[in-house]
Amino acid sequence: MSMLHIVNKSALDRNSLETCVNHTLKGATILMIEDAVYSAMKNTAASGMVEGAMKDVSVAVLGPDLKARGISEDKLIDGVTVVDYAGFVELTTKNDTVQSWL
Amino acid sequence: MADVKKFLYVNRKAPYGTIYAWESLEVVLIGAAFDQDVALAFIDDGVYQLVKGQDTKEIGMKNFSPTYSALGDYDINKIYVEKESLEARGLTIDDLQHLVWEDEDEDWAEKDSIKVVTASEMAEIMDQSEVVLSF
Repeated sequence: MSMLHIVNKSALDRNSLETCVNHTLKGATILMIEDAVYSAMKNTAASGMVEGAMKDVSVAVLGPDLKARGISEDKLIDGVTVVDYAGFVELTTKNDTVQSWL
Repeated sequence: MADVKKFLYVNRKAPYGTIYAWESLEVVLIGAAFDQDVALAFIDDGVYQLVKGQDTKEIGMKNFSPTYSALGDYDINKIYVEKESLEARGLTIDDLQHLVWEDEDEDWAEKDSIKVVTASEMAEIMDQSEVVLSF
């Protein structure tokens, strides 16, 4: 079973990403959308946690939400993939279950 | 004017994910019409509001970030950004919009509006304000 975890809040404002990371199993994917896209940036107070999680899970961010916030892809942690809306849909179909961390 | 008060608008939310950032900007612009002494503080995720290069075409929302560059025309030129908040987010002042104002008393010389301050300096700024509005 593989699970897609969707997070939409900034890790430095809410604890939803931290709780999510603590509840993911190997092979899962975390998709960061809306204000959560900031959590995919390197050199932040949250990047250590995300880099640690990436040993077991893959991390994707929604490109349109990155662009809206003026965050260029070169600011992202190495290994994070950027997906468009079609890629978002693909992730939901590729995984068995989806959990949105509100 | 007799009744000029020192207003401080405290911004702590990222733009677009919630409506706080835009609402704050609306209130700041409305307040500017009343000739008060206005300062803006950007703390925590609020510093994301000033990041340059925002492009909201693909999320179908209004990009309100160009409005910050108009603040100087409304005599709003005290924009304080907290150093610790920038650092925790891997950002420097170079990642932010370059906001300026023109000083009437110095032959309209162009000056920077943004000042990066420490948390303790921000505490002093808050302490010296008479009205604090939080977003």
